[in-house]
Amino acid sequence: MTAEATLPSRWRFGRLTGIGPILALLAVLLMVIAIRQPSFYDPPSLLAFLKRAAPLVILAAGQYFVIVAGDFDLSVGSLVTAEVVIAARLIDGDPAMTWPVVALMIGFGLMVGLANGLITTALRVPSFITTLGMYLILVGAVYTWTGGSPRGALTEEFRLLGRRGIEGIPFLQQLPYAVLVLAGIATIAVVLMRSDFGKVLLAVGGNPRAAALSGARVNLMRVIAFLISGLFAAVAAVLLGGFGGVSFQVGAGLEFTAITAVVLGGVVLGGGRGSVIGAMLGAVTLEVLFTLLNLFGVSGALKSAVQGLIIIAAVAIGRTRRN
Amino acid sequence: MLLELNGISKSFLGVRVLDGVGLQVRAGEVHAVVGENGAGKSTLMKIASGAHQPDAGMIHLDGDPVSFRDPRQAQAAGIGIIHQEFNLLPERTVAQNVFLGREPTRRGLVDLRAMHERTEELLASVGQEGISPQATAGTLGVARQQVVEIVKALSLDARVLIMDEPTASLADHEVELLYALVRRLQERGIGILYVSHRLKEVFDLSSRITVLKDGKLVTTLDTAATSPEALVRHMVGRELAHYYPPRATATPGPARLALKAAGNRKLHAIDLELRAGEVVGIGGLQGSGRSSLARAIFGVNRFSTGEMFLDGSPLHVRSPRHAVRAGIAYVTEDRKAEGLVLGQSVLDNAMLALRAVTPTVAGRAARAVGIRELLAGVQVHAAGERQEVRFLSGGNQQKVILARWLAMKPRILLFDEPTRGIDVGAKAAIHDLIRRLADDGAAVLMISSELPELIGMSDRIVVLRDGRVAGELPAGPPEESVVGLATGAGS
Repeated sequence: MTAEATLPSRWRFGRLTGIGPILALLAVLLMVIAIRQPSFYDPPSLLAFLKRAAPLVILAAGQYFVIVAGDFDLSVGSLVTAEVVIAARLIDGDPAMTWPVVALMIGFGLMVGLANGLITTALRVPSFITTLGMYLILVGAVYTWTGGSPRGALTEEFRLLGRRGIEGIPFLQQLPYAVLVLAGIATIAVVLMRSDFGKVLLAVGGNPRAAALSGARVNLMRVIAFLISGLFAAVAAVLLGGFGGVSFQVGAGLEFTAITAVVLGGVVLGGGRGSVIGAMLGAVTLEVLFTLLNLFGVSGALKSAVQGLIIIAAVAIGRTRRN
Repeated sequence: MLLELNGISKSFLGVRVLDGVGLQVRAGEVHAVVGENGAGKSTLMKIASGAHQPDAGMIHLDGDPVSFRDPRQAQAAGIGIIHQEFNLLPERTVAQNVFLGREPTRRGLVDLRAMHERTEELLASVGQEGISPQATAGTLGVARQQVVEIVKALSLDARVLIMDEPTASLADHEVELLYALVRRLQERGIGILYVSHRLKEVFDLSSRITVLKDGKLVTTLDTAATSPEALVRHMVGRELAHYYPPRATATPGPARLALKAAGNRKLHAIDLELRAGEVVGIGGLQGSGRSSLARAIFGVNRFSTGEMFLDGSPLHVRSPRHAVRAGIAYVTEDRKAEGLVLGQSVLDNAMLALRAVTPTVAGRAARAVGIRELLAGVQVHAAGERQEVRFLSGGNQQKVILARWLAMKPRILLFDEPTRGIDVGAKAAIHDLIRRLADDGAAVLMISSELPELIGMSDRIVVLRDGRVAGELPAGPPEESVVGLATGAGS
């Protein structure tokens, strides 16, 4: 660099522009909520909101790794459903089975991620197709295995993670476990993206040829991204199983909600650009928006139409801003 | 006069690629157009065939002024072009390709029989009865596909046929077929504009030769009255305007990298040594295997035969990553497609190889400091280390890539067109850097299409032709010797 090189103020601004729009949007929505329902900001209610938002934020973080590497993961919604249904049947109300099954769920998430990654890289199937296929396979397999309706039951120990928290904390009343899990996942995601791994992953998404010619193991990086997505989906499934309950609907449509959140957070489809913080903020913003729609009495049936509008608008705005 | 181009000028993005060029084609004449890479041959052909419109100048056909808005209009007027890459639909038959978009019809349906008959007549008229109109185009050999292209042009009543490097993808025995075809077309009174790098073909086929250089017309010669040597002098003659850093004074050290009879699909029995402290220039035409050589050494498309030695011990490079670990660096020809991650910052781009090959958690801060020193050393001009590289000039982008490789402390550096599209000032800086690397003991291989650069920088020059070493020249050879070896004019 030459002498005129370092202008700290400029690069700080440059970094902010990445998550600037999503922060602004979130702020506006939060202000609307403040006017419409000030009680939203009571600490317990705020934490309850975060607890509700945690699974989507975690899924968005996982989806971010795949998208930023240039791929898609459409299998996470059905993976969540499969995990919850499998857990209910295996635990079947037996408390002793809780933790072994949670471990199994994590393992299953990693396995699905590995399969997605290997099929996409080694067999060169576009990830859109790989994970769409995986989505259908998981749905079909779970229906077949359960004979059409979920069986078994989750234990109270299992549901604890999604529903309960550390009680008796002054001012907050309860610190939900889901929020703690979310904080852990968010920390892991941010640290990963600040590490050499994260920077190279961005390069792989931005220009795979250049990354490979600089010595990066492009395929390995992409497989790892799918592994992270599978792992995070498994964690989200544990929370959702406790929070929601056992049904075939538990994960339905979550893959698109997660992708919408990531795109809303300023991450570019096709890879190489955007921050994981932006992706997670995108998920929070989406949840705030759904809360607002609820407050204004907009039918829940409109939720998917709103999502559709958002994803198209976010990508369109992203495209025009870049050109 | 069949076709006349007068005073044709054309600029792209403010860069003048053609400057007042003119030439004439007579009926039944093969008129060759030659010149180095970037001389403007292809642009001129595209203007003649309507793909580009000239900024200035006139085109006359049979003495009447014409102007083409697109290739269709040129075709309708009787000017056909055969490109280096064919435009056939591989899944369709020969006849369907020839009559694509203007199939003969009967009562609203395609008249297959008429289409086949007419295709057969056309094929017969150029002595190619061996090709069936019903054969699937993609199953034909390259030479026969070319015949189909030519027949397609003839079916449009082409009177001028432009052939752009027609032998580039042909095997030796297929070239004979093309020669026969060209002579046949000549007899029919068709004027042919024949663009080629290969001087042998030019002398075998043409009656006149037009030489272009740097977008200008040098001369038009009668083939019978000139020689390959004289032609080469016309192609290269120019002033040396740029000063190059002094060459290595010390005798080069031991061989860092050696190839023994190394080959793959594009390279044949390459023997090459890169010694510590020297810059070895690689000359040759486009497609002669220059880039393939660098890519094979770097493990992109590996050698399948022969051996490679690194500091005397055999090494089979499996991948670019393996090459990087072995101390080899490769600065690619296409910075944007293969070098940079355009949306990432100067710093991230400079650290890419380091992070990809030796990721670490400890000592990251120290490493960033080291990279900053390298960026300062190569004098990158940027608004800051966080600026995205896409906003940098070509020269600064190239310096960022250099910093990336310097961080790996490579012992062998491969440069593919290191100063293409870079302004004069940055060019000199990059030349200095390359020389300094060699002086510090690295072995440098430098590919360049630009003869002054190749000659000015190299301690010796290895010229490739058709994937083989055509010859080796000592430091500072005349341009004619390089071009002679590259085109085969000397042999």
